[in-house]
Amino acid sequence: MMDTTWIILGATSAMARATARALAAQGAGLLLAGRDTNELALIAADCRLRGARMAEAVAFDARDPATFAPLLARASGEEGELNAAVFTGSMPPQAEIDTNPALIGGMLADNFTGPAEFLHLLAPMLEARGGGTIVGVGSVAGDRGRLGNYAYGASKAAFHTYLSGLGNRLARAGAHVVTVKPGFVDTAMTWGLPGMFLVAPPEAVARAILKAARKRRNVIYAPSFWRWIMLIIRMVPEPIFKKLKI
Amino acid sequence: MIWKTLEYSGWGRALKVTGELARPERRGDLLALPPAPAFGLRRSYGDAVTNGGGRAIDMTRLDRLIAFDPATGLLEAEAGVRIGDLAALFAPMGWLPAVMPGTGFATIGGCIAQDVHGKNHHNAGSFAQHVTRLTLLMRGELVEVAAGTPLFRATAGGLGQTGVIVSASLQMVPCKGAAMMVTERRAENWDEHLAMLDNSTATYTVGWIDGTAKGEALGRGIVEEAESSTGLVKDHIPVATVPMNAPHFALSAPIVRAFNEVYYRRVPARGRTSVKPVGAFFFPLDKILEWNRLYGRRGFHQFQCVVPLASAPALREMLEEIAGSGLCSPLAVLKRMGPGRAGYMSFPMEGYTLAIDFPNRDAARALIRRLAGRAVEAGGRLYFAKDSLAEGTAMRAMYPELSEWRDEVRKADPDGNLITDLVRRLGLRSAA
Repeated sequence: MMDTTWIILGATSAMARATARALAAQGAGLLLAGRDTNELALIAADCRLRGARMAEAVAFDARDPATFAPLLARASGEEGELNAAVFTGSMPPQAEIDTNPALIGGMLADNFTGPAEFLHLLAPMLEARGGGTIVGVGSVAGDRGRLGNYAYGASKAAFHTYLSGLGNRLARAGAHVVTVKPGFVDTAMTWGLPGMFLVAPPEAVARAILKAARKRRNVIYAPSFWRWIMLIIRMVPEPIFKKLKI
Repeated sequence: MIWKTLEYSGWGRALKVTGELARPERRGDLLALPPAPAFGLRRSYGDAVTNGGGRAIDMTRLDRLIAFDPATGLLEAEAGVRIGDLAALFAPMGWLPAVMPGTGFATIGGCIAQDVHGKNHHNAGSFAQHVTRLTLLMRGELVEVAAGTPLFRATAGGLGQTGVIVSASLQMVPCKGAAMMVTERRAENWDEHLAMLDNSTATYTVGWIDGTAKGEALGRGIVEEAESSTGLVKDHIPVATVPMNAPHFALSAPIVRAFNEVYYRRVPARGRTSVKPVGAFFFPLDKILEWNRLYGRRGFHQFQCVVPLASAPALREMLEEIAGSGLCSPLAVLKRMGPGRAGYMSFPMEGYTLAIDFPNRDAARALIRRLAGRAVEAGGRLYFAKDSLAEGTAMRAMYPELSEWRDEVRKADPDGNLITDLVRRLGLRSAA
């Protein structure tokens, strides 16, 4: 791992922090990207003390494409294998979206268009180096439009489809894309929400992510039992699904 | 959402409360919260870590290492960092936290707020004696607090009443490696047990005591002495989780007697020396996650007192009463303490400390109250980290620097925003 570098987008999220820590323990270099640079500096120092070869805070805002180029330039200066993991995302409550549909645009930028535009700029670098891994964190919510969060789910579904196509493209150059679909994870996003069950710690998702990257898996659910839950949810016929409040 | 309503408790699970908890994920989230008492992984047994019906802050996500100087061993870290993680990370590099409590799941913030002690208290003193400075969130401001100042002495062992401990600088101690050389010897009775503790010259010394042994065997146990060591050892990681509450007979008297007999005999009569992972020596119970469920739905209490050296006979009488009650669990510890303490409300005093777990039953609660009375008579003191039953007047009398602590706390938190259930129950902040 000593010659690998990971760009972590949305690095202040709980899942991203757990992943960055696990990568730090392996000695990887880390570019920790996000909006809260004070917080990122704390995380970077922590990663360095836990074994990272290099860890730096870099400003990045999924809604501000002007922040993409400096991060890409910084990454291009690192030799060796270049990887990226995308944790950016937001989930306004569906009820707020119902009263203010204008929220959809920003959410889409956080969950799909921002990361996709960034990854599109990054892809040629991986192709030129002939390798590397991109991990995109989607959500089980992207597997079907449910009453409680279908706008959020739609943004994640778009990201899944994008990652699928990007994986197809990068495979030709020896690079790899992993789509991660977490279920309920114990983060700020789920803290105090009603109806949560089988909530996984972020560290468990981080372990699953790194294992999937190592084994070059294409799509994983984290924790893995969500594959079966979502299989059932996807199989419910639409006429019946429309009557369910799940 | 910021506030999550849930039922929670301390490690003993005997006092369950419902309240609202915030768990900030970022430093900025913490600074934006209204003032409320804070806690870490809630390894205190009783109500020091609850605020029933009110709000509290869970600090476990603010757990970053901030800076480390490999030349001096000075580490700055956030309050949510676990002591066990520090040991696992730094022991291979030749450093250990100077003081480690019996569980690696205790956080730095909790270790300061209870000024905890470890198996080396007789020569290293208490946890906060190795804290050189800390950062406190006090009345909405981040305040730097240097060791030795009145505010520091009110914060060390201060039960979180001066502010939220955000980060601290710890002076770690050099170690040889990630292993411990541990010598275990049987102590056949009380007098031998105390003599072995008194005469120990080891860096780390602790006695496991068989709380069920009576008569000639009263006070028998195993004295463990340890030194840091090099060597190749396995990582100390959890091997199992207790999946659910155990039935009430799981720790009934015959089972505990049988367990203790086996546990005592497992060490050969001539003693033995072995090399163990650091975690296996310091945090033996961390191998089993959620072991507190072994005490069943009703939970348990731990009684821990310290009495002056001259009161050893009184402690022996307490042990007689415990052994006669048939209520004791396998978890019982005897240790000789030194005088080291960092705060006005710190637990340690030079003497002997006895810690024993009891299932939460009427008879056990009555026994603990009688033991508390005996501790007072012996000039001893009970430990806030373990207590959930003591009576305020007696408890306040055990802490002679209470008024100094109150003066600082009154300035730091004039509106009483940081009061916890324990502070309320014992009337620690009320003017006497």
